[in-house]
Amino acid sequence: MRYAYYPGCSLHASAKEYDISLRAVSERLGIELIEIDDWNCCGTVHATSIDRMLALGLAARNLSIAEASGLSLAIPCSGCYKNLRTAAEMLSEDASLRARINAGLETRSYQGSTTVKHPLYIILEDVGLDSISDLPRPLQGLKVAPYYGCVLTRPAAVPPVDDPEDPQGLDRLLEALGAEVVPYPAKTKCCGGAVLLSHQDVALDLTGELLKQARRAEADCVVVVCPMCQLALDGYQSKVERRLGERIDMPILYFTQLMGLALGIDERRLGFGRLVVSPAKVLARL
Amino acid sequence: MGWLLPNTEVDLEFRRQVEALSGHNIADCYQCGKCTAGCPVAFAMDYPPNQIMRGVQLGMRDAVLSSGTIWLCASCETCSTRCPQDVDPAGVMDALRQIAYAEGIKSPEQAVPLFHRIFLGSVRQFGRVYELALVGFYNVFSGHYLKDVTMAPKMLLKGKLNLLPPKGGDVGGLKKMFDAARELEAERE
Repeated sequence: MRYAYYPGCSLHASAKEYDISLRAVSERLGIELIEIDDWNCCGTVHATSIDRMLALGLAARNLSIAEASGLSLAIPCSGCYKNLRTAAEMLSEDASLRARINAGLETRSYQGSTTVKHPLYIILEDVGLDSISDLPRPLQGLKVAPYYGCVLTRPAAVPPVDDPEDPQGLDRLLEALGAEVVPYPAKTKCCGGAVLLSHQDVALDLTGELLKQARRAEADCVVVVCPMCQLALDGYQSKVERRLGERIDMPILYFTQLMGLALGIDERRLGFGRLVVSPAKVLARL
Repeated sequence: MGWLLPNTEVDLEFRRQVEALSGHNIADCYQCGKCTAGCPVAFAMDYPPNQIMRGVQLGMRDAVLSSGTIWLCASCETCSTRCPQDVDPAGVMDALRQIAYAEGIKSPEQAVPLFHRIFLGSVRQFGRVYELALVGFYNVFSGHYLKDVTMAPKMLLKGKLNLLPPKGGDVGGLKKMFDAARELEAERE
């Protein structure tokens, strides 16, 4: 299985462990990820908020690079995934919009044929849970709180990949890996990541609520798919603790890191050392 | 809060502009309130989402475009997912931000459009995000010089913060795209 791969800016910086663990898991599953050449930033919420043509242009450039390979484009960061996927859907339908965006691309031209997929759903749909039944190190006894974040399932893809209100994809994957998934209400509620810098108190309130719910549900860790959520829940957890006036000490892991462990990949190859809140107690359980 | 809205102040051109940008019919909103009920940041907004939608319906250009709400919106898409009338409040928020930003309209939330501008400036300059420059400029221009400085050593130690700027992203081509986008946007309206 081969996919074009768009890591996005954070997987080369604050979310390096996501890139590291995704590559390790992909290699083990026989998925080849080919990072597209010379990709540019997708613009995140900043482009879509203030300049629609720019947001589409930034996405179209990346989509055209992937299009040249003829492969589907795998995008692990939820924000980048939303931007490029919605742009691909819009530009495949609207030929006149595509022509106008291409006019701004100069040397490149997007023809509207790239399919964008998130690695979670590549694993669920293209690989299939049946293929990962032989687990060297199943996550037995580990209680996990799967956190989808906002934009993985919203707006709904065309065709939809999961329910936007109560998605099940990550739940099913974690169960297949042997973990016990604990239910909690905020599994798709915004962590506030988008306003982390500009309205930190608001973001900390949202993140704090999420962490408290996970703790109340007796989760050993929260499992994430998005670098922004991971940064808010992990990197900023000490700030949340100060704001709440209580210790939380909840490890926040990328789903690829846990999956890598279950598949028997050495933990040193999964970027656990880069997590801010120590995952030691999770690793000790397995 | 009460409003007295004379006919002369209803700006239907504004409403048309928002509908054209967002691609949805604002008149369909029947004020069910699901957008506000689901909005994770509504608690911190001056006008909750359903009031903004009502404001657009009534052509209340100044009140809507100078609200803090449109900038506090976290783009989480919960509202649009739940809207029974497919009015796409998240898309309307995007449209309102685009109009307000293009016209330089001031709101109580100046830090947010500032951050958008700095972020995009950084992308234009480097092709990809350069966190040090991004946070550095944001702190300086927003006047909170030492904000989150304690995060930096932690992130550096974990290898999560690159000291050097990123490479790649066809910076030359991007600069042209940024300029072209401005013209394309003007054409659209």
